[in-house]
Amino acid sequence: MEQQFSSAQLGMWAFLLTEIMFFGGMFGAYTVYRSMYPGAFQSTTHYMNVTLGMANTLVLIASSLTMALAVRSAQVDNQKMLRIMIVLTLFFGFVFLGIKGYEYHEKWVEHLIPGPHFEYNVPNYAHQAQILFFLYFAMTGTHALHMVIGAGLLTYLLIKSYKGSFSSHYYTPVEIIGLYWHFVDIVWIFLFPLLYLIGAHLHA
Amino acid sequence: MTSHQVVPIKVYVAVWAALSILTMTTWQVALIDLGPFNIIAAITIAVVKMLLVVTIFMHVRQADSLTRLYVGAGFLWLVILLGILLCDYLSRSWIPGGQFWPSGPAMIVGG
Amino acid sequence: MSTAIETPRSTETLNYLNTKYGWKSWLFTTDHKRIAILYLISISFFFLLGGIFAMLVRLELATPAGDLFNSDTYNKLFTMHGIVMIFFFLIPSIPATLGNFLIPMMIGAKDLAFPRINLLSWYIYIVAGLIAVGTMAYGGVDTGWTFYPPFSSTYSRTYVVAAAIAVFVSGFSSILTGLNFIVTIHKMRAPGMTFDRLPLFVWAHYATSLIQLLGTPVVAITIALLGLERIFHVGIFDPAIGGDPILFQHLFWFYSHPAVYIMILPGMGVINEIVACFSRKRPFGYPFIAGSSIGIAVLGFLVWGHHMFVTGQSMYASLVFSLLSMAVAVPSAIKVFNWTATMYKGSIRFETPMLYAFGFIGLFTIGGLTGLFLATLATNVHLTDTYFVVAHFHYVMVGGMVLGYLGGLHFWWPKITGRMYPEFWGKLSALIVFVGFNFTFFPQFLAGYAGMPRRYHAYAPEYQVFNVMSTAGASVLGIGFTLPLIYLIWSLFYGPKAPANPWGAKGLEWETSSPPPTYNFDTPPVMNEEAYNYSGDDTGVHVG
Repeated sequence: MEQQFSSAQLGMWAFLLTEIMFFGGMFGAYTVYRSMYPGAFQSTTHYMNVTLGMANTLVLIASSLTMALAVRSAQVDNQKMLRIMIVLTLFFGFVFLGIKGYEYHEKWVEHLIPGPHFEYNVPNYAHQAQILFFLYFAMTGTHALHMVIGAGLLTYLLIKSYKGSFSSHYYTPVEIIGLYWHFVDIVWIFLFPLLYLIGAHLHA
Repeated sequence: MTSHQVVPIKVYVAVWAALSILTMTTWQVALIDLGPFNIIAAITIAVVKMLLVVTIFMHVRQADSLTRLYVGAGFLWLVILLGILLCDYLSRSWIPGGQFWPSGPAMIVGG
Repeated sequence: MSTAIETPRSTETLNYLNTKYGWKSWLFTTDHKRIAILYLISISFFFLLGGIFAMLVRLELATPAGDLFNSDTYNKLFTMHGIVMIFFFLIPSIPATLGNFLIPMMIGAKDLAFPRINLLSWYIYIVAGLIAVGTMAYGGVDTGWTFYPPFSSTYSRTYVVAAAIAVFVSGFSSILTGLNFIVTIHKMRAPGMTFDRLPLFVWAHYATSLIQLLGTPVVAITIALLGLERIFHVGIFDPAIGGDPILFQHLFWFYSHPAVYIMILPGMGVINEIVACFSRKRPFGYPFIAGSSIGIAVLGFLVWGHHMFVTGQSMYASLVFSLLSMAVAVPSAIKVFNWTATMYKGSIRFETPMLYAFGFIGLFTIGGLTGLFLATLATNVHLTDTYFVVAHFHYVMVGGMVLGYLGGLHFWWPKITGRMYPEFWGKLSALIVFVGFNFTFFPQFLAGYAGMPRRYHAYAPEYQVFNVMSTAGASVLGIGFTLPLIYLIWSLFYGPKAPANPWGAKGLEWETSSPPPTYNFDTPPVMNEEAYNYSGDDTGVHVG
């Protein structure tokens, strides 16, 4: 059992290594284009909804807390608390996705979706800003996809916990799905300042 | 499995509070014009937040050295990717005509 | 079919091949040995497919004029040859077949750490393979296997997105295999199997797996961004709307340069085992060979820019990349020196696997040294995109990895199938492959040095002599690759029964029966001696 736990843990960390590099490709593109087009990138902050970005960061941090507490509840064999914490984590996850969806809708209305209908009314910055919005959608979209997968995994945990599968002797899935969830949180911790706050001081 | 150390609830809550406060801080700092230090401050705060999540929430503090090695390797490789990429882009403007873009790349810290 | 299960023939001992029968017992198996067989069959198919494309390319190049195919068809042919051979043959070749089969046995485990993930990665590979085959059947893709934008993102009128999806999906198979190996090697070793007793084959696979974990996701996301750019016409790499095509090359080669080490390290691992066994000696400098595998994996991530010397990359970055590329020669040379030193004063036997090992060492050395020509900034400008490059990487990929793969396949064939292959035919085909290979690719060095560019279907008549030699050599090489296909299949039915350890080799995989039982060992093994303990030889094999 102990070996199975540590195998699964190492396996998840190895997988997260892969995930770091997966997002790393996009962070690389972001770094390069930001160093190329600082002006255009700063101008985009005006079109980002910083308030909602802030709110989402806080929501995700809260979900990380409840996830950590879910693992702890399993460790101390508190079944009821385990379920409550998983449900709360799921709830925060859906709140995050809801807010994200609303933001996407805003971008749609404002014609900020990259492509033929993209409109950007700051002179000379249209092409360059479009790259940022492309990266914005690629990065937050990939992040949101990870959230959706995470929500699926949490639902699986919830079903399993109702069957009484987890105890202080066996909580491997809770621990490793927790690792995944925290990783997704960390990605957002970097995305928020990089995408929402680039030129905040210019628009303050 | 009971040998795994159980972290007290108040530690988790303290980390959560710290993360929330740091989120507010990063926002407030971004509103002040610090020149090149805006990006440095934002990244520093994000790294601190990441370290909090990794060590406490993800239990790396209690983890064995192998796990720590893998965590470290992950971030090291990200740094290799970004670092070497920037080596190219930042040094292109050192020679006249070496730059790809009309305006020339600014140092990232200038953004 | 299920009624036929559970009736093993009484004359045979139970092994992983005869405990269960029927297609379900194969397609739903979680036994690493059966999954390795599934991989073996599927990569053989792709090797054949890629080989056919290669033959068509060589056929076209027999004459200077473009008389057999038009330029568009030719572009598709070499692109599909590259995509099939790299993503569907070379990258999974040794790890997914021999590695999958042998790593658990070498470390004394019952199976990999995550058997179901292992099966999943085969299915992912098959899905990717089907997408790739579908793309080709539909009309193919003509961007070259490197998918460089803006041609791939904007101008190509072929099925770039479908091919990109195939590559993207196959990446996940590769990642999951690597992940499985890493956890297995860390967590599943038998008692006494410490890291300094691990077979060098396992060390090489550990290094390979690290590259798969750290590199593959970067190319996956890059290819995905390329696909999005093509579908939505958003400029992320297209310079016409503000993007930088060189960024694509950076991110692409961040994986694809280390990927050439995915394609060579496992081959080196195989050669370690063969050289030690057929020289009856412990590998000279074991810790250095093991360390050089890791060294190659790490250094491999720092040198990708040498693919981009003429692209407009910063001159200063090129300088550093050139210097670092030279550094990769150090661990590679350590390996070559150590193999040679292992053979020195050894009792060498010239069985088929050893012939392949000789071929590997010679050809890999040529391939590696010409790599230094290309890593040198000034020479590279002259040689970029000539046949010199083509010859260089075929010396490493075919002369290295494919020979390593064939050598390993012959070496462990008795263990995998329980049958001996015909030694005469084995030696003959090893010889034919060696001769044919050199005839095919050595003239390409000369043609490339003389300035013949790659990727054209027609060329100046003065290069014809090299190309005729090359095409003739390719026919010989084709025969050399077809022979093993025939006699290995023949041996399945008519080959003599193999003993547990036909070569008198050391290593836990030889201590169990051939073919092994489902859980590899009847009693859990303990490693109670150093690795490659050939000096205290009592395995009954005549020495000297």
